[in-house]
Amino acid sequence: MIILTPSTPLLIMVLMTNPPSAGPLIELRHAAVGYDDRPTIRDVDLRIDRGEVVALVGPNGAGKTTLVRGILGLARVLDGELLLFGVPAQRFRERHRIGYVPQRHTVGGAIPSSVQEVVSSGRLARRPAWSRATATDRRAVDRAIETVGLGELRDCPVSILSGGQQRRTLIARALASEPEILVMDEPTAGVDAANQANLARTLADLVTAGMTLLVVTHEIGPLLPVLTRVVVVEAGRIAADRARETAPGDMSASGELLLPQTGPVLAGSGGRPSGPARGVEGAEL
Amino acid sequence: MPGLELLQFDFMQRALIAALLVGVTAPSVGIYLVQRRLALIGDGLGHVALTGVAMGVLTGTAPVLTALACAVAGAVAVELVRVRGRASADVLLAVLFYGGIAGGVVLIGLSPEGTPANLTAYLFGAITTTTTFDLLVFAVLSVGVLAVTVGLAPRLFAVSNDEEYARASGMNVAGTNVLLAVLTAATVVVSMRVVGLLLISALMIVPNAVAQQVADSFRRSLLIAVAVGVLVSVTGTYASYYTNTAPGGTIVLLAIAVFLAATAWAGVRRTRHGRLHHTPAEHGHEHGPGCGHPAVPHGDHVDYLHDGHRHAIHGAHYDDHGIDRTPVPAETPQEHP
Repeated sequence: MIILTPSTPLLIMVLMTNPPSAGPLIELRHAAVGYDDRPTIRDVDLRIDRGEVVALVGPNGAGKTTLVRGILGLARVLDGELLLFGVPAQRFRERHRIGYVPQRHTVGGAIPSSVQEVVSSGRLARRPAWSRATATDRRAVDRAIETVGLGELRDCPVSILSGGQQRRTLIARALASEPEILVMDEPTAGVDAANQANLARTLADLVTAGMTLLVVTHEIGPLLPVLTRVVVVEAGRIAADRARETAPGDMSASGELLLPQTGPVLAGSGGRPSGPARGVEGAEL
Repeated sequence: MPGLELLQFDFMQRALIAALLVGVTAPSVGIYLVQRRLALIGDGLGHVALTGVAMGVLTGTAPVLTALACAVAGAVAVELVRVRGRASADVLLAVLFYGGIAGGVVLIGLSPEGTPANLTAYLFGAITTTTTFDLLVFAVLSVGVLAVTVGLAPRLFAVSNDEEYARASGMNVAGTNVLLAVLTAATVVVSMRVVGLLLISALMIVPNAVAQQVADSFRRSLLIAVAVGVLVSVTGTYASYYTNTAPGGTIVLLAIAVFLAATAWAGVRRTRHGRLHHTPAEHGHEHGPGCGHPAVPHGDHVDYLHDGHRHAIHGAHYDDHGIDRTPVPAETPQEHP
């Protein structure tokens, strides 16, 4: 069993490298996001503040992934405004402040790469092009690997790791740039139950340490203990945006209320005559 | 020592230096092509370089320089086509590559002293006819290519490993890709006299295919690939003198022999370890407290029972500590599939 590191060093890391600044980390105003000239999602007004844990849910093809890809600069903001740390996205140069964990079942190309090498590539966002890694860079990489509990496997090729371990490698890669917010696309998809619990614990540790999370997900379950807000995307629009009223960590109360109620929305509410946001509006988040 | 008298010949000295340069340079650029699953790009650029060679012969300019210009132009064109990412991209690349060969053949036919034999030296390599000027150009190109690949190694790795992630973290992905294309073009030109334009890709790719079989990190892959590259190109050049075979072909056949040996060795190692080692990936599961498998103390560690076998965590894999003979309690948790 891989022992999860206590979150204390991480807390120090997050606080030291990211002096809290006022204002939202991410803000979209009447934004339309898409590819080429075709918006996939429009009229987006979304604001994510420091310390929030936001789940982005909705049926396949609703535009969740396009929305986060727009935030990451991988899809185009065609209309409206995107502000990252208060700066318009086209002038934003500090991409290392946003950590990205893509939805991917396998890591790496055709040449074997070790966990350490993949995680180190996440540090490049903070390094000038021709520079060598400094002691600070190496420490950040080590901490990221320890945080996700892959210390023992750091020299192993990622290709032999399990799905859950590969996912944690990608989380460590995102953490290596010491980001202030993690944007994750389906972090628990294709990971078995035991490893989902493991991942959920890693995420909970990060949140305890002050990390802000924006998570695209089909399975809200593993996030429940730390979730503060759910945003529902349906048919290319934001259909609901609800802050959770009960305190995070109150699993028994919120878990039971949230899951059955959002079920129809998550399943795509096929053929139901209900309004788009019904399922969630009925839920006490 | 027999064979050393070969070094007295100027042509052989030049040939061995050229072989050495190619042995180091080709695999260190090729590793990024393999990583991106673009192993055949080098081949295509070799075809495009042929037009450049013919232009040089036709205009009386040094073919090395015109080949370089053509290969760089071709590489940038390939990259632009690839970025467009259209379904027809591979067809467009094929057209470009055929155009390269056809252009070369037609242009060389137009040149007064042009005979098909002239092209042979470039198509199949003619390392022993390398001139001092050629060697100078190769050396400058090799040093340039190596300086960039070493200096930008982390960036080239990041972009080749996960282009989308690199873009999201603010790296100049398009610039890095064009740079890699230009490095590939320069390597094609350095390699063309050694192995020939038709085999150009072999020295970029095969040493990395060897590394892929035996290495467990990117860094080690690169070192192994360069070692194999130098070994086969120098040995092949040397051996071809005695066997009186074409140096280019000899080098590539040697590389393939090393690849087959490495594959066989890796296969044997896998099956021998296979019985005793299980990785979590092939297992689909990580053992640990609460994983569902009964934990059994075994000396100084804990084994997890899996289908009656005791699995002990050892780095990234499980050592099989044999069949468990202790009676299993009645209330064992459910086994995972």
